[in-house]
Amino acid sequence: MAVATRRRIGLTGNDAVAMAWRQIDPDVVAAYPITPSTGIVEKFSQFVADGDVGTIFVPVESEHSAMSACIGAAAGGARVTTATASQGLALMHEMLYIAAGLRLPITMAVANRALSAPLNIHGDHSDAMGSRDAGWIQFYCRDVQETYETAILAVRVAEAARVPAMVCLDGFTLSHGLEPVDVFDDDDVHAFIGVPQPAYSLLTGPPITIGPLALPDSYMEFRRAQAEAMTIALHCVEEATEAFNRRFGRAVPPILETIGPEDAESAILLLGSTADVAADAVARWADAARNNAGRKIAVVRLRLFRPFPAMAVRTTLTRFSRVAVLERADTLSTLGGPLVVDTAAALYGAATPPRLFNRIFGLGGRDLRPADLEAVASLLLGEVDGPPVGYLGVRGDEP
Amino acid sequence: MSLNLRELSTHGEGLAPGHRACAGCGFPPIVRLLLTAAKQPLVVINATGCMEVVTTIYPYSAWPVPYLHSAFENAAATASGVEAAVRALVRRGRLDAPPKIVTIGGDGGTYDIGLQSLSGALERGHDMLYICYNNEGYMNTGIQRSSATPPGARTTTTPAGRVIPGKVEFRKDLTEIVAAHNIPYAAQASISHWGDLAKKITKALAVQGPSFLNVLAPCQPGWDYPTNLTVELSQVAVDAHYWPLYEVDRGHWRITVKPARVRPVADWLAMQGRFKHLAAAPDVAERLQRWVDENWAALQAKAAMSTGQGHAAPAVT
Repeated sequence: MAVATRRRIGLTGNDAVAMAWRQIDPDVVAAYPITPSTGIVEKFSQFVADGDVGTIFVPVESEHSAMSACIGAAAGGARVTTATASQGLALMHEMLYIAAGLRLPITMAVANRALSAPLNIHGDHSDAMGSRDAGWIQFYCRDVQETYETAILAVRVAEAARVPAMVCLDGFTLSHGLEPVDVFDDDDVHAFIGVPQPAYSLLTGPPITIGPLALPDSYMEFRRAQAEAMTIALHCVEEATEAFNRRFGRAVPPILETIGPEDAESAILLLGSTADVAADAVARWADAARNNAGRKIAVVRLRLFRPFPAMAVRTTLTRFSRVAVLERADTLSTLGGPLVVDTAAALYGAATPPRLFNRIFGLGGRDLRPADLEAVASLLLGEVDGPPVGYLGVRGDEP
Repeated sequence: MSLNLRELSTHGEGLAPGHRACAGCGFPPIVRLLLTAAKQPLVVINATGCMEVVTTIYPYSAWPVPYLHSAFENAAATASGVEAAVRALVRRGRLDAPPKIVTIGGDGGTYDIGLQSLSGALERGHDMLYICYNNEGYMNTGIQRSSATPPGARTTTTPAGRVIPGKVEFRKDLTEIVAAHNIPYAAQASISHWGDLAKKITKALAVQGPSFLNVLAPCQPGWDYPTNLTVELSQVAVDAHYWPLYEVDRGHWRITVKPARVRPVADWLAMQGRFKHLAAAPDVAERLQRWVDENWAALQAKAAMSTGQGHAAPAVT
């Protein structure tokens, strides 16, 4: 297959999602504005107003209604997208489970933002992490290019697995950050996602009842099937990413990527756009290491968080003796962030598991400073010791 | 109008028998009339509640038409999405015969927790009929007060106590709130007046855009009365002006049934166990009677002011 043609333009992450939606041309978009995802819906509304898409846009009165309308439309056999963040995602919470439970392949961009209280509009992963057990696929994007690509890819994955999918882009860092993006031809995008083929529909075929009452004699089979669907979703992610890379001539990692020196003995595990900052740091350290003055540390960037790719995480991390899990959310369970909890579970029983350090950073948009990464490097190289769970850049809590 | 019992009896039974509604439940007559009177294909979206749980116990369904339930507070929002899907699929040639969207919720899902999503859907103008089957409380969860519960009523969250004689507050006037959205058609109806209800259903289904029916649906366990009195109880509610039957047709207010013999609200109260304790608190019944009289007068004034034809009403067959 010939590699698809493309053109390079400057886009913010929000623009990139809107651009992907213009090409996807969803049947229905139902959405409600919330910082920092608003730009997606604003831009897309212009596409609707200009007739660039055939989408029916439903400007609802809340995020709860946004997801409810998405559920209604998807149950009707429509291809549906939406976007939200933070409190909006929290307000949708109830309906996230219902979208997943009804096996509706809705895709949603989440411009990750902190949760109240106190009120904060800036980036962290608390919002999406609060939804991690809702039965949605979750991708965390590294940059604007990947955000654009994942918005397209997620449609195919969700429809193949009949599991809804979240495309997470870091609030402001990606949602508002302008980057050069290679945009594909509309026809190639159409060919990649195809025409929706819903497994069942309220509006076509024989009349069916969707969303019944399932009592103890049947409920558990529904939930078990959903768990199975998440296992299948992992394969769907791999297959769809492979097809995507073939068609568009890309090298998107389906699950995770390892960045930095191949002989590194320790690694930083993280999600999202912080990968670029960490990659810069490990590259500098590796350069210095060539003069025997630096550190050999790799970055493992997890792109798929749900379903949790336990085997890939385990295989990748057992190569290292120490792993610092950096994350922008806390479970407030005293066990650290959600990523380290799942990572520890994935490593359980491994013959030579790495020692894990959890460092929570960047809550409410706080910068990750070079000094913070230096402190992490010191931990990883055993220059200093520290507690299993800690926080970076917090006044009065310096490691 | 051409709708008559003889003709309706040839339409077949709409809601399949075997559903688990209580004996004497007030909502099945509404649904059966809806399904037999509708001339167009329907899609039903239902809020969580009695109707949903008794008609869709997996693997059974009493619904002969496509049916969707997602949650409690969002039936109108869910229906907005279905309606948008209909428009999208028709536009793209993936759907030939667009059905009419009918959304149904109880008073808890409509007056209270679903009011925001209802208001949003009405304002956006989705082409749907919303029916509230109003049994004046959260009956599915075991008879708690809602904002549709009348004053004096005993519920499990407004018990008749030594100090407080049941619910204190008057009910919210949801039909007027809906009418204030200036939608094409809003009406109140009662299962006791099946002809009036059937006509309103037909009229509401014919509307392009949002229409709304608020139908009184007695709840035998909640209101506490013999199961054979459901229809009679509805009749007395209308005769006492407690539940006036009227419509707001494109801004034109019209009382559709004027009781020939107006009965005191006390007659209606006396039929129900939930008001039994009021014998010891007669002021509550008096207060309710005054409220009913004032509301009836206000309704008459609105109808009197609507002497014009309003906008062209949709054709009713």
